[in-house]
Amino acid sequence: MAELAEKTEAASAKGEVAGTPAVKTVELTKRFGHTVALAGLSMTVPRGEVFGFLGPNGAGKTTAVKLLLGLLKPTSGEGWLLGRPVGDLTTRSHIGYLPELFRYQGWLSAAEVLALHCELAPLPRSSWRDEISSALETVGLTDRAGDKVSTFSKGMQQRLGLGAALVGEPELVFLDEPTSALDPVGRHDVREIIRGLASRGTAVFLNSHLLSEVEQVCDRVAVVDHGRVIASGTMDELLGGTTVRVRAAGLTQADKNRLSSFGRMDDEGDQMTFASLDADRVPELVASIVSMGGRVYEVAPRHQTLEDRFLQLLEDEETD
Amino acid sequence: MPPVFVIARLTVQESSRRRLLLALLILTLVVVGFSAWGFNKITTMTRSDGTPLPPDQVSLITSQLLIVITFMFSGVLALSAAVVAGPLISGEVESGLLLAMLARPVRRSEVVIGKWLGLAALVAVYAAGAGSLELGAVDWATGYLPPHPVELLMFVAAEGLVLLSLGMLLSTRLSGITAGVIALVAWLMAWIAGVVGDIGTGLQNQALQNVGVVSHLLLPSDGLWRGAIYAMEPDTLIAAMRALGTAGRANPFAAVDPPPLEFMAWVAIWFALVLGASIWSFRRREI
Repeated sequence: MAELAEKTEAASAKGEVAGTPAVKTVELTKRFGHTVALAGLSMTVPRGEVFGFLGPNGAGKTTAVKLLLGLLKPTSGEGWLLGRPVGDLTTRSHIGYLPELFRYQGWLSAAEVLALHCELAPLPRSSWRDEISSALETVGLTDRAGDKVSTFSKGMQQRLGLGAALVGEPELVFLDEPTSALDPVGRHDVREIIRGLASRGTAVFLNSHLLSEVEQVCDRVAVVDHGRVIASGTMDELLGGTTVRVRAAGLTQADKNRLSSFGRMDDEGDQMTFASLDADRVPELVASIVSMGGRVYEVAPRHQTLEDRFLQLLEDEETD
Repeated sequence: MPPVFVIARLTVQESSRRRLLLALLILTLVVVGFSAWGFNKITTMTRSDGTPLPPDQVSLITSQLLIVITFMFSGVLALSAAVVAGPLISGEVESGLLLAMLARPVRRSEVVIGKWLGLAALVAVYAAGAGSLELGAVDWATGYLPPHPVELLMFVAAEGLVLLSLGMLLSTRLSGITAGVIALVAWLMAWIAGVVGDIGTGLQNQALQNVGVVSHLLLPSDGLWRGAIYAMEPDTLIAAMRALGTAGRANPFAAVDPPPLEFMAWVAIWFALVLGASIWSFRRREI
């Protein structure tokens, strides 16, 4: 019994509450005056998962992250990080954060900025050297360790910010648009870093509107628009459908209207795209077009991309 | 090291790395050098009959000139404190510099107190260092040393700290330039209100006197400046002004009495209130 109590105390001291998700929110809401930035966000991000939080500009993604980090106060609702209420100081020792608006002390060197974050984390001084060199190496700034941050390009500052978020092997990392200032090589590096974090069991909360980025690294995603989650699930759940592009001539508008039974269709004259269609129904679709007198030149089924699904969701949202 | 001292160290480090300290050091040395040369000229002045001025007259002229120089010095210190404190919080909120730091286990109160401590140390060290240099130069040039040099430096430093604290309070809500300008204008208005209070004393008009009293309570910078003046005045001058009655108390560049203990206690409470308000305000600020 005493041993159990000791273990619980030790886990508590580390900011961990066993079996709890990395992030949990219940009806988290934020209003700025009459503007609703986040409307009742309820979600759970398990530990060790790479979670993509998608949405167009102004959807409420950054607001959600700031609420979770205690930088903003919620109008209503609750949130927990690593099993403890949002704002808990000890939990923050186990969290890394790269802000969307990243800026670091220009008068310090890159190594000094990382040392500052080691000190604030707080990590034992004996571990700083290894932490700093590891973070610099991970983000590719080892050669610039002693240079002043004020001499860095925007992309290098973002890399430094990512390094600062990684010190202390956090259990949960918030990355808010982590590749906004990076070139394609940098974006590739960030994806590798995220995969590395996932492989060591770190949960990653990735805020992004770069869909290909999210598609390549995330286990699950939530799509947010106008402060509300409009869809969420694993990639497979979200991208279940098949997009089918059909090039056919000889169809009247009435014929095309009758094809609406095959789901949402983008009509571009001779070319029609069915946004979400079960692959088994493709022969049925072709047969229907032919029976209406249409001449089919091309049928191109392909798996739905996150971009297809994202645009579809936003369109559905607008329609509603 | 506790976060509050990390933030304080970072604040001092920033001033040093941005060469603010170097700039102040060079400017101070230039000003002290010029004033030493100027004060030395007093000792070479002669009366109409060609004889040199007697030592008590040299001391009297030196003490009055020192008050004017110290007024300018304290003004520069107050201005600098207001300008530096204005963007102390808001500048880092607007730039995003505080975002990553506040996601660490750092309380907002620790940010406020740490920044205040860092800048307060700079203000105090600068006031003590530059003031000592100036007093040393005057002593070397004329042989005159104010009767209470330590108190003088403490009053001047405290005046700078008042402006620093006001600037920082405003900085928790307003942009850097707005906070700095408001602090500076408040300092000037407090000084003018103090002069109005003096005129009220001379005219024995209670309403005007109250303007001075209220301004000293709202912003104690002028009250502390009066303490600095008192610390610089020779006893003979104080005795002469006391003999003049209320008229002797109407001079904005003179002080017949030291600041009362009640006022000094209020200054301590004022600092606590303003720091407390800064913490309260920053805690409620959404970033």
